[in-house]
Amino acid sequence: MADTFIPIASRPSPVKVTGFVPWVQGNLFADWRSSLTTLFVIGLVLYVLPGFANWAIFNSVVRADADACQAARGVGACWGVVTEKYRLILFGRYPYEDHWRPLLATSIMVGGLVLSCMRYFWKPWLVIMWFGVLAVFFTLMGGGVFGLEPVRTDLWGGLPLTVMLATLSIFLAFPIAIMVALGRRSNLPAIRSVCIVYIELIRGVPLISVLFMASFMFPLFMPQGMPIDVLVRVVVGITLFAAAYMAEIIRGGLQALPKGQLEAADTLGLSYWQTQRKIVLPQALAMTVPTMMGNFISIFKDTSLVFIVSLYELVGAMSLALNSDVNWRPFKIEAYLFITLVYFIFCISMSRYSLWVEKQLSVSKAR
Amino acid sequence: MKHQPPPQKRAWSLNSSATRGIIFQVLTLSLVLAGVWFLWHNMQENMRIRGIESGWDFLGSTAGFDIGETMIEYHPSESYGKAIWVGVLNTLKVAVIGIVLTTLVGVLIGVGRFSRNALVRGLCYGYVELFRNVPILLQLLMWYLIFIEVLPPSNEAWNVAGLFFLSKGGLSFPFPTDGVGQVLAGAAIGLVGAWFWRDRKQKHFELTGQNSNRIWGPAALILMFAVAGWAVAGMPTAWNVPEQLIFMVDGGVAATPEFMAVLVGLVIYTAAFIAEVVRSGIQSVSAGQVEAALALGLNQKQNMKLVVLPQALRVIIPPMTNQYLNLTKNSSLAVAVGYPDVVSIANTTINQSGRAVECIAIIMLVYLTTSLSTSAFMNWYNQRMAIKER
Repeated sequence: MADTFIPIASRPSPVKVTGFVPWVQGNLFADWRSSLTTLFVIGLVLYVLPGFANWAIFNSVVRADADACQAARGVGACWGVVTEKYRLILFGRYPYEDHWRPLLATSIMVGGLVLSCMRYFWKPWLVIMWFGVLAVFFTLMGGGVFGLEPVRTDLWGGLPLTVMLATLSIFLAFPIAIMVALGRRSNLPAIRSVCIVYIELIRGVPLISVLFMASFMFPLFMPQGMPIDVLVRVVVGITLFAAAYMAEIIRGGLQALPKGQLEAADTLGLSYWQTQRKIVLPQALAMTVPTMMGNFISIFKDTSLVFIVSLYELVGAMSLALNSDVNWRPFKIEAYLFITLVYFIFCISMSRYSLWVEKQLSVSKAR
Repeated sequence: MKHQPPPQKRAWSLNSSATRGIIFQVLTLSLVLAGVWFLWHNMQENMRIRGIESGWDFLGSTAGFDIGETMIEYHPSESYGKAIWVGVLNTLKVAVIGIVLTTLVGVLIGVGRFSRNALVRGLCYGYVELFRNVPILLQLLMWYLIFIEVLPPSNEAWNVAGLFFLSKGGLSFPFPTDGVGQVLAGAAIGLVGAWFWRDRKQKHFELTGQNSNRIWGPAALILMFAVAGWAVAGMPTAWNVPEQLIFMVDGGVAATPEFMAVLVGLVIYTAAFIAEVVRSGIQSVSAGQVEAALALGLNQKQNMKLVVLPQALRVIIPPMTNQYLNLTKNSSLAVAVGYPDVVSIANTTINQSGRAVECIAIIMLVYLTTSLSTSAFMNWYNQRMAIKER
């Protein structure tokens, strides 16, 4: 008996699931509801986009020409207001011919921030470098030495003020936050209650009330004949505010640390401070990095509130520049959009960076 | 050799941690007290020298300024205390309406991040990134500018079906002339009833395993009581409908552009954060849970309702509370657009009466009370929702 080999019919090839067409099918037209949504969204975009593009791009005026802007009002954006006033928006009331000083100072500070973000530079001398950066910043801005014209702090404004307030407050708040967080976890009841009262009090009130306090009450707090600069008051206010939030974040890290670590440190005979410095804080702080970055972003955004206590950061500098000039006053929206862009660039780069750090941390945890 | 116990440490040795603890605490407390005394003393001294009066008597004196919008009757000849109370009510109004709206928008956007449609996912992602990364103050100012510059003047307001009018003058909408209070009171009684109903059904379910619908019964109960409230009020049917006059929109209930700017700004900003909270909450439910539910034969809807959401809610509630508190605290920025909230009115009071210390204390007290009571309530709710370990 001769067996003949009769093959069964071959199976159909598997449906292709990668590539452009299957992606569109799966993500845009999976079923009738999804298709309807897609069509609706596309329709909406087609309805809104041309009008917006006409306003923002095709009919807009980029030249610093107030008459042309006036003519295009209602149909096109007047980016001319940015071309004309960007120096006043970015540097506020700072003397016009000395604008190179805030520019250089801000660049050095932002450069320092960028360096601190790179893994290669995470060395002890980074802290020393920061003292240098702050010294250079304040020398450049304040002047009075090396033949630089002295400039009073109430003339500082715009981007340098925003960047400086955020950086300095974070820098100063960090050590306070660590102490308060440790204090809240301490078993000494008096220290614990002081820390709890501080944290809950600050977290329960809006930043603006702390700033009001800084501007109305701090002058009353100082001894006779010791006036306190408005910039110092605001920095102290933001620092105290930021420290309470950071302390809660650090406490989260401390709580997540397994108890065995502390017991092991006790067994080794380490003292309280040795335990905190060598065992607890390095691990706890590493755990809090992503949340901490989020907090830094919100401090950066919150510095815009100093506008309300009459310091001219970006928003304040813009209002000042435009309110005093009848020709450009109607084009505030465009100027606001410009400031929005500045904030957006800073904040989005911080949040991208925080994603990268998070990835680095999970690399160290993988086995 | 006889075993010798180690020599006992003297109870008051500097090396004992108990002694050190006491020393540290005494040191801290005296430092804090000395600091507070120093500041207080300086303040008294400064106020004496500069001739600043202090005390709470100013609350009773005539305010003399008018307030743009009030929820209760107010006249400039009334006291500062009344003016501040008007501000507190305005703050609460924007906070409560804002919290409800922002929850709706935020949850929609957060769930939208999981849509099967890529365009919806992309739009929700873009929304979150855009509105989260721009300061709220800037957004409020921009909304206000849009409300007072871009919208048409009140003599040619945009209207929808002749019922809703939107213009520089704000948003006008129809509102029942009377009976609203009675209907709301009825609904509140119904809500309490509904609460007990659900509780009984839950106990019944735990006892017998028989599940029954727990939505329609309570909903009907609330509706019934609301209608009863309407009946008690004498079944009024009159509505106050706004209408376009030659120069303005009249009638109805109007929301001022300041209120609209604060509300829209806060809702849109906070919704971006709530969307992130919802997204991370849903993502925190492990994939195994969903797979197990599918293996048991639950369908998509049951899976969401019975497995994913109850677990996600536990992760979502604490950060959601924080966002509600943030919204309430951010409403203090209303001062920048001139909405008369408590900060704005306290600010005017400081400028007029010079009682800075007292007014700042009032602002802080108002927010502290709101924050602490909200977090107490949410802690209680959180404990109810937490996993009951047996």
